[in-house]
Amino acid sequence: MSPVLRIEGLTKQFGAFTAVDNISFSVDRGEVLGFLGPNGAGKTTAMRMVTGFLPPTAGTVTVDGFDVSRQPIEVKRRIGYLPEGAPLYEDMTPLELLSYIADVRRMSGQAKRDAITRAASRINIEPVMHQSIGTLSKGYKRRVGIAQAILHDPDILILDEPTDGLDPNQKHEVRNLINEMAENKVIVISTHLLEELEVICSRAIVLAAGKIVADCSPAELEAQSSYHNAITVRVHEAHCDACKEHLDALDSVARVELIGQRDGLAELVAFPVNGQLILDQVNTKLRDGTIGVEEVRVERGRLDEVFRRITTTV
Amino acid sequence: MGASWAICKRELRAYFTTPLAYVFIVIFVAMTGATAFFFGGFFDRGQADLQPLFSFLPWLYLFLIPAVAMRLWAEERKSGTLELMMTLPVSTTQAVLGKFLAAWIFTGIALALTFPIWITVNYLGNPDNGVIITSYMGGLLMAGSYLAIGGFVSAMTRNQVIAFVIGAAVIFLFMMSSLDLVLGVFRGWAPTLVVDLVQSMSFLVHYDAIVRGVIDVRDLIFYLSIMGVFIYANVVVVDLKKGE
Repeated sequence: MSPVLRIEGLTKQFGAFTAVDNISFSVDRGEVLGFLGPNGAGKTTAMRMVTGFLPPTAGTVTVDGFDVSRQPIEVKRRIGYLPEGAPLYEDMTPLELLSYIADVRRMSGQAKRDAITRAASRINIEPVMHQSIGTLSKGYKRRVGIAQAILHDPDILILDEPTDGLDPNQKHEVRNLINEMAENKVIVISTHLLEELEVICSRAIVLAAGKIVADCSPAELEAQSSYHNAITVRVHEAHCDACKEHLDALDSVARVELIGQRDGLAELVAFPVNGQLILDQVNTKLRDGTIGVEEVRVERGRLDEVFRRITTTV
Repeated sequence: MGASWAICKRELRAYFTTPLAYVFIVIFVAMTGATAFFFGGFFDRGQADLQPLFSFLPWLYLFLIPAVAMRLWAEERKSGTLELMMTLPVSTTQAVLGKFLAAWIFTGIALALTFPIWITVNYLGNPDNGVIITSYMGGLLMAGSYLAIGGFVSAMTRNQVIAFVIGAAVIFLFMMSSLDLVLGVFRGWAPTLVVDLVQSMSFLVHYDAIVRGVIDVRDLIFYLSIMGVFIYANVVVVDLKKGE
């Protein structure tokens, strides 16, 4: 079966400025794709082209075989979309808004009522269904925006910063919701929260200056970090120099850095040669040298470091 | 048409959930009454007709209709809801028609609420109700044309005040196009055909005939084509500018 969402050579120019520069990728059912990139990298523009809001300067977007430029209505029917900033009609109540979306999406009668009830309960907006949207908190507004996107149970869900403005509990709920729905849908979310990538995404695409600079799993992205498999050791300051010497002596350790000192403890990081696993060797070495350590931790990699490196070198 | 109707219903509801509808209707009905009685000499003329009401209607509409039309697109663009609407399975044409229809129905409701004056005339005398009905039709057609122009202007900006001022100015020029104010600009250089064409664009000329009770197909075609042209232009502008 061909991928549900296929993007080929997608480009958008605003005058002389190229916002999205020839990007291609496909997404299949069951994938949760995280769209990352600094502000202005072209995430929102790309999403607007996929959802048929902006016409591409070049390239194609196909959804279930329908081309968004030629059959926009067919494409829009299959997509649920939360635009950036969750714009909503502030003078309506969530119930009225969802009812309007259902009307436009040609739902009626019992099916419409069921869809509204289901969407409202999934995203927990029942308590505010009769309050006008303009009076709701930012968190509720965002959730009403998500509710309208999932109302017709779409195959493809495109959410531009779905957790922006939510408190940690609400973020957790939205992430759970996305994980629940992930199984049989294509989900594309944009975010600049790197932690979000690890929690919900099965795949990450990093954009910088309109180009794709990385397309891999979050774990692979972490593996690109110089901290990948590095060992952080916390020792008493008195033992710091001895510890550093011992670690430096290992062949598998490329270098040791003193990261910081706090509460009488020094924090050292041993970077491995070629990202290999060195915990066992470090452990043995420290035990042999009878250096008492307070903490030993294996780093998985620091996404923020990778993110900074790959998005600033373009 | 289903999607257009859904958009139309939402728009209409939006008019009535904000003070806009009530302010507009109260002012409109009060001013039609005031102009008919004070300037139109409703009683002094000694005639049982609604001529005093309808002869001032184009001027009331000149600033009241742009006030209704200015929010049609400017507001959606400013609040970002345009993106929400245009990523639903609706075509731009459906969206434009839905919004236009809602505004037209709304102004129609306001116009219909001048009915007490009609009743008064029937109570006091024996007016030609046929003429009054065509006059109401003429008023409705004129409101539709003004709205089509106002909607088109509203789609070009996200600033409602600009939409209002420019909308009113364009409508004013169309009203005046049978007078030297506008024709003078063309007379010096343009061929007679163009001058005649500009002259034939006047809202007032086409309106006068209908208000006198004469329904000429050419007047109907005039109003319907003004609406058609500006609704089409509205669709084009929404498509062109939605990403800005």
